[in-house]
Amino acid sequence: MKTKLFCGCPSDYRGKKPNTNVCPVCLGLPGTLPVVNKKAVEYAVMAAAALNCKINHKILFFRKNYFYPDLPKNFQISQYDRAGGLPIGTDGYVEIKVKNAKKKVRIGRVHLEEDPGRLTYLGPIDRSPYTLVDYNRSGIALLEIVTLPDLNSPKEARILLRKLRSILEHLGVFDGSLEGAMRCDANVSIEGGSRVEIKNISSFKEVERALTYEIIRQRDLLSKERRVLRETRHWDERRRVTISLRTKEEEQDYRYFPEPDLPVFLLDDTFIKNVVSSMPELPDARIERFKKMYGLPEYDAEVLVADKRIADFFEECVKLYNQPKKISNWVMSDVLRYLYENNLEIHESKLSPKHLVEMIKMIDEGEISGKIAKKVLPEMIVTGKDPREIVKEKNLLRISSIQEIKALIKTVFEENRKAVEDALKDEKAIHFLVGQVMRKTRGRADPELTHNLIKEELDKLKKAN
Amino acid sequence: MLSAREIVSRVKSGELKVTEIVESTFDRVSKTEDRLNCYVTILQEEALKRARLLDESASKGKVHGRLFGVPVAVKDNICTKGVRTTCSSRILANFKPVYNATVIERLEREGAVIIGKTNMDEFAMGVSTETSYFGPTRNPWDLTRVPGGSSGGSAAAVAAGEATVALGSDTGGSIRCPASFCSIVGLKPTYGSVSRYGLIAYANSLEQIGPMARDVYDCALLFSVIAGHDPRDSTSVNLKPKDYTVFLREEVKGVKIGVPKEFFGEGTQKVVEETVWKAVHKLEDLGAEYDTCSLPSLEYALAAYYIIAMSEASSNLARYDGLRYGYSEEFTDTDWFTYIAKVRRNGFGPEVRRRIILGTFTLSSGYYNRYYLKALKVRTLIRMDFEKAFKRFDVLAAPTMPTPPFKLGEKIENPLELYMCDIDTVPANLAGLPSISIPCGFTTSGLPVGLQLIAPPFREDLLFRVAYTFEKNTGYVKEEPEVI
Ligand SMILES: [Zn+2]
Repeated sequence: MKTKLFCGCPSDYRGKKPNTNVCPVCLGLPGTLPVVNKKAVEYAVMAAAALNCKINHKILFFRKNYFYPDLPKNFQISQYDRAGGLPIGTDGYVEIKVKNAKKKVRIGRVHLEEDPGRLTYLGPIDRSPYTLVDYNRSGIALLEIVTLPDLNSPKEARILLRKLRSILEHLGVFDGSLEGAMRCDANVSIEGGSRVEIKNISSFKEVERALTYEIIRQRDLLSKERRVLRETRHWDERRRVTISLRTKEEEQDYRYFPEPDLPVFLLDDTFIKNVVSSMPELPDARIERFKKMYGLPEYDAEVLVADKRIADFFEECVKLYNQPKKISNWVMSDVLRYLYENNLEIHESKLSPKHLVEMIKMIDEGEISGKIAKKVLPEMIVTGKDPREIVKEKNLLRISSIQEIKALIKTVFEENRKAVEDALKDEKAIHFLVGQVMRKTRGRADPELTHNLIKEELDKLKKAN
Repeated sequence: MLSAREIVSRVKSGELKVTEIVESTFDRVSKTEDRLNCYVTILQEEALKRARLLDESASKGKVHGRLFGVPVAVKDNICTKGVRTTCSSRILANFKPVYNATVIERLEREGAVIIGKTNMDEFAMGVSTETSYFGPTRNPWDLTRVPGGSSGGSAAAVAAGEATVALGSDTGGSIRCPASFCSIVGLKPTYGSVSRYGLIAYANSLEQIGPMARDVYDCALLFSVIAGHDPRDSTSVNLKPKDYTVFLREEVKGVKIGVPKEFFGEGTQKVVEETVWKAVHKLEDLGAEYDTCSLPSLEYALAAYYIIAMSEASSNLARYDGLRYGYSEEFTDTDWFTYIAKVRRNGFGPEVRRRIILGTFTLSSGYYNRYYLKALKVRTLIRMDFEKAFKRFDVLAAPTMPTPPFKLGEKIENPLELYMCDIDTVPANLAGLPSISIPCGFTTSGLPVGLQLIAPPFREDLLFRVAYTFEKNTGYVKEEPEVI
């Protein structure tokens, strides 16, 4: 979405100087009024529909009142599910796969609200001597999705988040590649304790870590027969601990009431129908299509579709070279592994579908070996260079010249007389000699050709004996 | 004193220069302002500069605008770019908006000259202009008395000729009350007909900006300029702009007037009751018909009004925390909540703090259903009662205020007594209806009494026509206060 929820400021504040992406409305200056961004409502309806929610026809906003410096009005315009309020969507679910079994996670509600500004601290929150406020983010549309307590482990939480991200990305509701585009407050409640909410979690990996830490902390308390307080805690990513922010007793009374500056507006059936029918393909459908259209195993399809950009990348490649299985193998193993090990996202890499396809074609046409390709790929990811160029620069093209290989065999035979003796007696020992030739060429010699030529030479020697 | 209508026509004909008009206005200001205190900020230099610019374009034959050369006073809760807008509060005493309210844009487009920003009750919370951080405004008809409120500065300025017309805002009577007390014309428009963009909110669901003038024509003229749809205000109604002056003709024949008995309750002074009835009979003489009626739900109007207004106010005024603009305190080594509390304790006056606290209470969980939701229900009932009444009548007539202007200091120590003053004006706000106050006579000691007329939504044309007919057939608007 291009603009904020209630004003015309751009919603992409990244890279801008603090407090420059603002206007009187999102700064909450006296006398200003909010105007709802229709596109936000459309997207929210689409997301609610994709999460199998009941779509409510009445759009109402409420004020959530609390004092905090990141809120320029000291209230947040949000939606509410009590006191006559209605979120955009209610009673939905998402299906996730845990250990090969399907599991439904219920969605309590989906609602729209405005983002507060951002507070910056010097060092950890509890030790910072001051707080800076940046309102560039203030007023950006947030879609809040609340699940019911259906998740049983930190890992399930991570699986759910990945699934949600994939769904929302497929809808085009947001760009998950942007920092802070998806945030999560996680709640933990274990038997014998109370519900604890953890705020300020920046990534999926951190969600799993924070939850794991929190479960251990709570178990530890209970094992010592101490109480787990109902509270809100802050995840300190650096120290990897949760810190208490406030207990239930200190929880604010948010004094929700209907936002008087925004009249109720009604969504008619045709609007909802149009939005739902214009909904793009969702991940589950895409997985099915990948299985059918490209003949991929379910696991492969799932891995690719888990990240919309990976799936898009894959399809781009297939368009250029109709070898879906080969492409999927390369993407799933080498590409994803490299990205994962280097903590990169596909859009952060410089690898283009065109180059990946070219590399696979080079293997298929015998110009390079699979082993060479594995060496070339990381450089393609980092530099974005054409594989042909890399191969040329590094002199990695396959050696298929009989003369050249024969000369190498001669040297190897001279250097390894003992091995030649062995090979003459035992056919299996030939592999050592092949290996030596490959080593001298750093894997570039055509292995089959080398094998045959060595065999030829050995046969000659046998006859000579 | 020239009316806006006369000014525009004389400037257009070349008979008068804008500079002359503006200078004579400041002349008046210099003579009476010391005694009245109508303005928080006087924009003499800016206004004269603008007057010269307007004269320059007039000399080139470019006289555009329905308010060309008209001196206008603007209530100090309406944002003016680069000119401090204080809401008569210490907390905004140094606040300069970075943008103009929609109504200011419209005034400027039509050639108006803004003379200054007028005094008011702090954040529009009051009926006497006594809660202002900048001291009270006095009534031009009797300097020992209040001008009404909260738009008291605007009303007194217009009555005393310190401006030709003025903008006020009306949340529960804040235009009509001072119009009545200062013997001028003031309109609270239908909710949604004038943009609230740039009006610093007290209670959003109740208030409207409206025109204040010395006669009905000028009031209709100013309303024609400020009314109309504004995409920046989601509660603004999409209606075509109209010239309301075309509805001004002396004709009330067959107009059915309802006189609801609830507007003549316990606190109504006899002199007010008699004067208002005299006005109704005058309209009857002019061809209108009248009958008494009842709107039983009005019994709860005042309570519902204060609950809704204070609830909304408690949230609207939360943003004044001394962190970004306005009054601030020295940062000491405490947490920000302590800091914010200190700023708000010292930045707001006692009446504003009282309403914030009460509004916080009525919205808090456990009391929300009992107060806020119940008040909304009463509001619906009141709306229905009005709808029913308008099936029988074209307009309703009532006193604007239950009493003539009271003495400064007389009620300020007793908030409940002050709240009671709003009893006749809040129903129109709760129901979102247009309502006008026009001068309808004086007490024996020369204090003004106002007649309130209420119409169905978007029937300002009807209010103007009835008011105009009444005005043309009585002499009250021609009276001038002695202070002049
Ligand atoms: Zn903005």
